[in-house]
Amino acid sequence: MPSAFRTATGMTGLILLTLVMGAALFGPLIAPYDPQAFHPAARLQGPSAAHWLGTDQFGRDLLSRLLHGAPSTVFFGLGATFLGVGAGTIIGVIAGTAGGWIDSVIMRVLDGLLAVPELLFALLIVTFLGGGVTQAMLAVAIAFTPGMARIARSSVLSIRTREYVLAAIARGEAASYIVMREVLPNAIGPIIVEATIRVAFAIMIGATLGFLGLGAQPPSTEWGLMVAEARQFMFRNAWTVAVPGVAIAMAAMGFNLFGDALRDSLDPRRSH
Amino acid sequence: MTFGYLVRRLLAMILVLFVVTFAVFAITMILPGNAAIMILGEHGTDEAVAALERQLGLDRPWYVQYIDWVAGVLQGDFGQSLRLSLPVSEVVGAAFWNSAALGAAALIGVTLVAIPLGVLAALRRGTAADLGIGLFSYIGASMPEFVTATLLLLLLAGPATGYLPAGGFVPLSESVGGFAAHIVLPATTLGLILIAHISRQVRSEMSDVLGSDYIRAARLKGLSERRVIRRHALPNSLAPAVAVIALDVGYLLGGIIVVEEIFAWPGLGRLLIYALENRDLPVIQAVTLLLAAVYAISNLIADIVIAILDPRVRYA
Repeated sequence: MPSAFRTATGMTGLILLTLVMGAALFGPLIAPYDPQAFHPAARLQGPSAAHWLGTDQFGRDLLSRLLHGAPSTVFFGLGATFLGVGAGTIIGVIAGTAGGWIDSVIMRVLDGLLAVPELLFALLIVTFLGGGVTQAMLAVAIAFTPGMARIARSSVLSIRTREYVLAAIARGEAASYIVMREVLPNAIGPIIVEATIRVAFAIMIGATLGFLGLGAQPPSTEWGLMVAEARQFMFRNAWTVAVPGVAIAMAAMGFNLFGDALRDSLDPRRSH
Repeated sequence: MTFGYLVRRLLAMILVLFVVTFAVFAITMILPGNAAIMILGEHGTDEAVAALERQLGLDRPWYVQYIDWVAGVLQGDFGQSLRLSLPVSEVVGAAFWNSAALGAAALIGVTLVAIPLGVLAALRRGTAADLGIGLFSYIGASMPEFVTATLLLLLLAGPATGYLPAGGFVPLSESVGGFAAHIVLPATTLGLILIAHISRQVRSEMSDVLGSDYIRAARLKGLSERRVIRRHALPNSLAPAVAVIALDVGYLLGGIIVVEEIFAWPGLGRLLIYALENRDLPVIQAVTLLLAAVYAISNLIADIVIAILDPRVRYA
């Protein structure tokens, strides 16, 4: 294991990530109850032997709802990041390799889009698309694209003047060969590191959109929506908001810590 | 700082804002739920909708609407709110100052807490204090504002404790104490994520500086540790932190939307959510443009600060 993952923070990241990915893969299989089943006699209860994390305002089992919500939370984070990183990388590579006026125009447009905070950007787009999980995922992906394009571009620029790239140009290789075989594989490191940390951010924005009622709709087990729905009962049972809230933070923290450890292991100078 | 550098940065910022006006307009033009239909409700007849569209100017080609809007904006006229029947500049103006107060409170709090934490972590590197601060900053960076806000409400504003009001707003002119009591929770929520980011940045800068040759030289000269830290290490590691704080205004502007909504703080964020729900296009456009302008200006300030501190940047 690279040394960056053997630090306290790196280990914490690995453990959190394993928990979250485990819940995403097996959560619905091991959930003790039906996440939508009402248990009117057991409303707003704290943890007990029957309900390990307590119950919500309809007596639904919080642990079961949490486990059923895990796959969509992780899928949302990975999906939105993958789409945003993909689109951003394509734009960034085009700008970085083309240079000249194409690069200038792309960069000026990116600068403008980057001046709009990402959450605001996502809010505008999800309103335009009409709300819902898929729409929210697309909105986050679009909001991520300008930032990723900028990182991909600067990564490409730092590679473009390397000797092996100049050699390929001198050999008369096709532009597509140079981009796919020489530039991209060497520029991908910083892009992957940034993408890992962005998964955390995507999960947070996704939950925020769910919380605002613009993402997943009831009776979904999306974690942000769970917090929103339980808020008016939170003073009668704090577990109803604390359980999904802490779960969101744990998922985001897992990806944050993992991403930072990944960065340190790729660039030893950064680890202190 | 050379005059030329300043002019170049200023022109770049104006270009950015121009792109923003275009992007904002493009997004709001394609919003579903035509404003005229929204106002008249679903039962408005086709003729009534067409008449209102004409009255609002929505039947004109998009570029005419765009040029008309930009021309208005340049004169400080953002049009008329479709829902509140007030000039947009009036609605947005009041909200802007409330948001600015909230943002300033958060930034001041963050600066006072994050810099000492970062310095402490760098000086005690590898100790429990450093790990604790690091863990705290990761937790802060991983909690969306609505989670932090909800947990803070639970702890400090519940019926059991009730130390602070759960939401709302009292104008500063009415009651200083009331204003302060209402701003604590939203400002703390906004601040936590930034404390995490800035303290980490200060720690890393300070660590680099402490390992540098001139600090070793200062120590070899026999200066006291206190003097080495205060006079040599601190000033050199704070400069980048100042720039990071300015750049973090971007996070703040996003966070403010959610935080104001949760705490019923009558600022730009709450206004934006209201406008989005009601498809109040002129308000959406004005708020978005204003938030982007604030971000662009804080970036410009950050650039200027960096250029003052690091002469190499000016000639790059």
